[in-house]
Amino acid sequence: MAELLANWLDFLPPEAIGALIDLVAIVAVTVVVILCVAYATYLERKVIGFMQLRQGPNRVGFRGLLQPFADVLKLLVKEIVIPGRANRWLFLTAPVLALVPALAAWAVVPLFPGFAVADLNAGLLYLLAMTSLGIYGIILAGWASNSKYALLGAMRSAAQMVAYEIAMGFALVGVLMAAGSLNLGVIVEKQAGGVGNWFILPLLPLFLVYFISGIAETNRAPFDVAEGESEIVAGFHVEYGGATFAMFFLAEYANMILIATLTAVLFLGGWDSPFAGLIDRQWPVVGILAAPGLFWLAAKTFLFLFVFLWLRATFPRYRYDQIMRLGWKVFIPVTLVWIGVEAVLSVLDIGPFK
Amino acid sequence: MSDSEKRPAAGKSGPGDRIRAVFRTFALWELLRGLRVTLTNFFRRKVTLRYPEEKTPQSPRFRGLHALRRYANGEERCIACKLCEAVCPALAITIESEVREDGTRRASRYDIDLFKCVYCGFCEEACPVDAIVETRIHEYHMENRGENILTRERLLEIGDRYEEQIAADRSADASYR
Amino acid sequence: MQQIPEIFPLILFYGWSGLLIAAAVGVITARNPVHSVLLLVLCFVISAAIWLLLRAEFLAVALVLVYVGAVMVLLLFVVMMLDINVERMREGLTRYAPLGVLVGLLLAAQLSSVWWLRRSGLEIAAPADSLAFEEGNTQALGTLLYTEHLYAFEIAGYILLLAIIGAITLTLRRRKGLRVQQVSEQVAVRPESRVRLVKMKTERDE
Repeated sequence: MAELLANWLDFLPPEAIGALIDLVAIVAVTVVVILCVAYATYLERKVIGFMQLRQGPNRVGFRGLLQPFADVLKLLVKEIVIPGRANRWLFLTAPVLALVPALAAWAVVPLFPGFAVADLNAGLLYLLAMTSLGIYGIILAGWASNSKYALLGAMRSAAQMVAYEIAMGFALVGVLMAAGSLNLGVIVEKQAGGVGNWFILPLLPLFLVYFISGIAETNRAPFDVAEGESEIVAGFHVEYGGATFAMFFLAEYANMILIATLTAVLFLGGWDSPFAGLIDRQWPVVGILAAPGLFWLAAKTFLFLFVFLWLRATFPRYRYDQIMRLGWKVFIPVTLVWIGVEAVLSVLDIGPFK
Repeated sequence: MSDSEKRPAAGKSGPGDRIRAVFRTFALWELLRGLRVTLTNFFRRKVTLRYPEEKTPQSPRFRGLHALRRYANGEERCIACKLCEAVCPALAITIESEVREDGTRRASRYDIDLFKCVYCGFCEEACPVDAIVETRIHEYHMENRGENILTRERLLEIGDRYEEQIAADRSADASYR
Repeated sequence: MQQIPEIFPLILFYGWSGLLIAAAVGVITARNPVHSVLLLVLCFVISAAIWLLLRAEFLAVALVLVYVGAVMVLLLFVVMMLDINVERMREGLTRYAPLGVLVGLLLAAQLSSVWWLRRSGLEIAAPADSLAFEEGNTQALGTLLYTEHLYAFEIAGYILLLAIIGAITLTLRRRKGLRVQQVSEQVAVRPESRVRLVKMKTERDE
């Protein structure tokens, strides 16, 4: 595919062709992510509806399948109201600042064998940096709105993000100790060969800490004190409507899918097949199941996405001080202890830590 | 620790409980139990109906829009006795009577204000000739001011149109009256 | 056409440097402190981009991660909470201006001494050649930090740890009579210690 494109465009200098191919990859990944976001909202409403013995959206299109497009259309044609005495420029920049890191982080995610938009060596660090940038959109939205609710939401979200980023970072340290690389593609390759080689078993505590911190980082229930609709209306985005709100929405769901994908990549072997060790690739029909590919990553991502929604449908919101306690006093010690255990094991050459 | 001693029953957990609690906490036991509840509900039959296509079953006693009935020969039943007007708790019914050419008493005006009506069905119970009835129709609307007043003509028209169902409902419920 | 690779990074470098200086000037001239902080964030991001041009990817990402992702968030947090009177902040501007100019000149002199050193042919630092390492300069930095500069690195770590402990001990205060939730006790509770089932005789009117 890329070669074909390169042959067709051979009148351009090689750098330009490279840039063009990158551009195509970026657009493709972004469009797919945004489509996934659209259907993540549909999935969320369906799943939560089902758990509450309701039908969920079922009016627009067959079983409501066109609902996301109706929602997008509605949000885009709505008027953007800028509150009086709000900081106009920052008010309009904040949604963009929330969305950009959420999409930029996708650059280093290895989607199928040998493909990531940017195969960075410091991929894991880049991811941490990008996920920590999303907070600016929220803080600025809260501050620029000139609203008390929004400011409260922004403050809560800032404290929460800083607290859980550390636990998340430590969980990633555990992963990179096990994989011996910061490159996400290499991390996936280290886990190749079926469930037994995945990091989820040796790094189970880190896996739990990472996923739960991921929920906290994305401000999803039960850690959604930044929105807290029953306490502070909608938190940082009370004053937003129409397209600006749509961008916050997009950012939240893109982050959610990102965390789900990353959990799959870092702990569940990414595009590696769970049957890789059990079924021989050469077997007639079932052999396909053992082949690595985008399908397996998508399936694992879907699983974690479902857990995201499942948790939201199940648990009540954490109290703010309990969130802080969980982040600082439980998760950080747990990760530190497990990193210590990992260090000892790797010195003794036990398990995958070599 | 002095705080905990002041509380009546809080300090009773022994070391065994502590260890058990630690294991349960780190195994996320309580959380998993909660998750199981939502997951079982996820697979249960959904109770919501897709409304315009699916509707809940209705009782023959359903009290909806009003109607005035006629006898099989086409004569209207209402004799303007004003019992319904008297019994109506919401004062929604207004009746004026006159003597027709054949000497019978008839209603010259029979208005029901749907905004006042509380759909209690007392008018239907009070009626000695089963003239005023409440039908099963509940999906109706008004578009202009004044349409909330059901006049005698409109009541009769409704009665004529739905006579079949009205009669069926009355006979279905007859043994309980 | 063939010259693009050489010219392109130069254009990027000067473009970003210009933006960096503009943003830095903005930091000290912005009227609104929140705007200042945001411009400072912009400064960090642009510096990270310039480091990326030099193939110092670890430093660039670490700058974004540590300064933009954590330090500046807390700074922004504080600045938003403060109700700063801009007029009173500006009062001392002319009084402290000479000192500021002096510090600025000193910094400029230090930085320009690099020119002089380079002209004199001294080897100040080995040119960054990250491509020599297979894993990029992340691994190179790690190897250096944990072998050659291990003591300095550890000492820096201990100083930071001390700073953390110091900050906590300075701000931690225990108020008396404060009833704190004791989660471990709450979790350890069993139904038997809270609920007592009592058998009662049925009451009858006789």
